[in-house]
Amino acid sequence: MAYQKRTKDQLAARVAQDIHDGAYVNLGIGMPTAVANHIPAGREVILQSENGILGMGPAPAEGQEDYDLINAGKQPVTLLPGGAYFHHADSFAMMRGGHIDICVLGAFQVSARGDLANWSTGEPGAIPAVGGAMDLAIGARQTWVMMDLLTKKGESKVVERCGYPLTGIACVKRIYTELCTLECTPQGLKLVDTVDGLTREELEKLINLPIAA
Amino acid sequence: MIDKIAPSIAEALAGVKDGSTVLIGGFGTSGIPGELIDGLIAQGAKDLTVVNNNAGNADYGLAALLKSGRVRKIICSFPRQVDSHVFDDLYRSGKIELELVPQGNLAERMRAAGAGIGAFFCPTSYGTELAKGKETREIDGKQYVLEYPIHGDVALIKAEAGDRWGNLVYRKAARNFGPVMAAAAKHTVASVYEIKQLGELDPEEIVTPGIYVGKIVKIPRVATQAGGFRKAA
Repeated sequence: MAYQKRTKDQLAARVAQDIHDGAYVNLGIGMPTAVANHIPAGREVILQSENGILGMGPAPAEGQEDYDLINAGKQPVTLLPGGAYFHHADSFAMMRGGHIDICVLGAFQVSARGDLANWSTGEPGAIPAVGGAMDLAIGARQTWVMMDLLTKKGESKVVERCGYPLTGIACVKRIYTELCTLECTPQGLKLVDTVDGLTREELEKLINLPIAA
Repeated sequence: MIDKIAPSIAEALAGVKDGSTVLIGGFGTSGIPGELIDGLIAQGAKDLTVVNNNAGNADYGLAALLKSGRVRKIICSFPRQVDSHVFDDLYRSGKIELELVPQGNLAERMRAAGAGIGAFFCPTSYGTELAKGKETREIDGKQYVLEYPIHGDVALIKAEAGDRWGNLVYRKAARNFGPVMAAAAKHTVASVYEIKQLGELDPEEIVTPGIYVGKIVKIPRVATQAGGFRKAA
């Protein structure tokens, strides 16, 4: 049976569906940022930004940009009523101290047991940059990854062992992709869901790894 | 009488020596003390180690300082940005040393310096390339990496307002590294847009108490520039 991939918006909505009312959430740069636009009505979620913001709001209207108020991607944002500013050491203490319920990050690779590689492809000559990725990955109570399951060449980004330099060990709890949602456990992958028409067995073949039902 | 208000940036920065470690506040362009960096370029100190979250935007401010050839080493978490070409060229041609530090470790290592902590065990980066060669320890079943403080000889930070005792308040997310760097350096210079009389800043709302600040300098207010990201077409 044929299946349809989740669109970027559908994927963001799928992640947002699992964020509980009252959650403190940090959304990584790139794809995860879109999750903010899909929080289900009636749920109040507080967004944290690593540069010292709780209660981060959407982008300002054109002409209202204030570059003292930016997100982790350095783009202008707003502050919701009730929001707060704090300094960098407090911001990262908040992460490491286990006060952030969920962080959603992009990734190059995730291992079946939840090792994360998302900061460097290790290419010689590339300029390394890590930012807050390592702090977030191990600090949040739950780290979720949001990414395409397959590379442009069709290789699985969910792997037995990461080939790229690691960001953190056994830190990813869930992987949300265009085809499926997976849980990383000490025993390996566990299926949460797939898109309509894709079976667990077909998915196992696609990524060449066992997935527990 | 205590008067930390310097009449000019040049006077506030007069004592910066060659070989200094200079902590520079800011996250991208938010909170970056551009006027103080220009002052440091004019002052001429060389062989500097600079600590900032990034490594400069476009060709002004921190990027201009790097371009001046007076920075031997930069300690930062995220040098690569869409407009970091000055750093990129220096790094690729081997003209600047880079110590890449996870952002939370960068903040906490400076916090430790300001708080008199000799070193601390932190879970960040355990098992990664950035922990290579560092001492580790298992505490209550969890793995940690030993991290040492980063002390500054000088800190250059941007605040919103201050008074002659050096008390500071900041503006929005431009606060970022300011309070941590102020405490971590021997000599902290803050630029402010407004100078207040003693008692005018609400003591309940002062973010950096003057004890951490050496000099404050008033500068004309200029809107913070965009930087570090690709604007949508």
